[in-house]
Amino acid sequence: MSDITSQSLFELTSNIKEKKLSSEEITKAFIDRAKNSKKLNVYVTDNFEKAIDQSKKFDSNPNFDLKLPGIPIAVKDLFCTNGVRTTAGSKILNNFVPTYESTVTQNLWSQGAILLGKLNCDEFAMGSSNETSFFGNVQNPVGENLVPGGSSGGSSAAVAANLTPVTIGTDTGGSIRQPASFTGTVGLKPTYGSCSRYGIVAFASSLDQAGPMTKNVRDCSMLLEVISSFDQKDSTSIDYKRNYYSKELSKDIKGKKIGIPKEYRVDNMPDEIEQLWKNGILYAKDCGAEIIDISLPHTNYALPTYYIVAPAEASSNLARYDGVKYGFRSPGQNLIEMYEKTRSEGFGDEVKRRIMIGTYVLSSGYYDAYYLKAQKVRQLIKKDFDDAFSKVDAILTPSTPSSAFKIGEKTNDPVSMYLNDIFTVPINLAGLPGISIPAGKDKNNYPLGLQVIGKPFDEQNILNISYALEDKINFKNDISDWWLSE
Amino acid sequence: MSIDLKTVKHISKLARISIDDEKANKLKGDLNNIFEFIEKLNELNTDNVQALTSIAKTTLRFRKDEIKSENIREKILKNSPEENKDFFVVPKVVE
Repeated sequence: MSDITSQSLFELTSNIKEKKLSSEEITKAFIDRAKNSKKLNVYVTDNFEKAIDQSKKFDSNPNFDLKLPGIPIAVKDLFCTNGVRTTAGSKILNNFVPTYESTVTQNLWSQGAILLGKLNCDEFAMGSSNETSFFGNVQNPVGENLVPGGSSGGSSAAVAANLTPVTIGTDTGGSIRQPASFTGTVGLKPTYGSCSRYGIVAFASSLDQAGPMTKNVRDCSMLLEVISSFDQKDSTSIDYKRNYYSKELSKDIKGKKIGIPKEYRVDNMPDEIEQLWKNGILYAKDCGAEIIDISLPHTNYALPTYYIVAPAEASSNLARYDGVKYGFRSPGQNLIEMYEKTRSEGFGDEVKRRIMIGTYVLSSGYYDAYYLKAQKVRQLIKKDFDDAFSKVDAILTPSTPSSAFKIGEKTNDPVSMYLNDIFTVPINLAGLPGISIPAGKDKNNYPLGLQVIGKPFDEQNILNISYALEDKINFKNDISDWWLSE
Repeated sequence: MSIDLKTVKHISKLARISIDDEKANKLKGDLNNIFEFIEKLNELNTDNVQALTSIAKTTLRFRKDEIKSENIREKILKNSPEENKDFFVVPKVVE
């Protein structure tokens, strides 16, 4: 049997069910490794002591019918966890201990999983490099001083570094798929309305979705099956029959029509990404898929649209952080001064920037010119996808326009940071499911991902296409454990 | 169109975030860069396009207006920045 922490979720659950490993052994193995991996800075808050108690409890009375029997899992620190501090990577929530549980994390625990701890992320999930976190940047296990992507950077790093078997992140404009691409892992953003948003610290409510981040596609299907559910507590949760994703997983994609959008061939895209995409197309053909050239003509307008819609929603959502009911408070002479000082000291620069953008585009006299305009363009972007999906079953693109970059490289230029999400943002605007799978490496040996985009609620199809491609690509991450302290 | 310092200060007031002059100047630069990038949308004619207000094709569900959680006062007050077992405490607002 291979080293415990390097095993996939599928292997771990099999080993638990066959009584080859106990929950306690597995939990302790991940905790021991985490204790020697502090250099990566993936944890904001750990739950190690309680996790060991819970694993012992599971072993004393195991239920092997559960889908995640005694499996320890760390989650992004954007999910409210009852009794365990939840910060959203922000000073303003530094002392916040929820008294309730998010629905998606509750789904994990109901299937037997055990909380290992809370993973670092960009502040309020606003960022593409994990550098906006109040708790400091995260190291990408792929190489020293490289960003792990963002905003689910602690999550992507933790999966790649074998610090959790799987994890869940959230994706508003690429925050699951871009970090997955940067770390050689798999990340799926489900259709808007698939996974409940209840108990997730809100960023942009019309775009936010939780989703699985894993070592491989099969694990991704297993985890999606657990977290995707209809929830009365989320008014945009959609009641539909979900697939049995892991059971229905299949490499047979013969006859599937896969679209290749010409607009994703952007200026200055590195040759190796162009090559990666071509290889993906060849592999899909090898598997019997039919390749069809398509057009998504409004692709170039997706990022400007996103940078109106997301900050507008964020400025409204973040109005609740006023120092009154919970979180950080800075004292003031009067109520207004208390608000202003609390928010000035409690939020970091990127969050303030986005609140300012959002406040401006929603302010009197500018609403029509910016916010309404963006909602109209969003309609055009969605229509592009509707038209494309009348001809194809799925769309294949690169996940990101570059591989992981150095820590500090883009922090002084917000727009260049935003361009990271050029291939992922349109999918959120259209509410579609998208998955990033590792597909190759660049000249520095840093991972690169391919993205498969599906029709609404067609997660099974993009999982199957990814499963078939994964088999052909046969990606190996070869991470050297350079950060281990002993 | 460009955003001047006065506008930055006005937005910060609306957003209830105090900023000093140095930060306001830095923000002015950042916001102008970002808005230059956003202005690209003006290339498109959207006169006959309907705004997309909801991406999920659902109508909001109705439910009975009934109390589902009771005795949660303690839970709700648990995280309040200033300790008081019955209320949220704020600076004096009535003279």
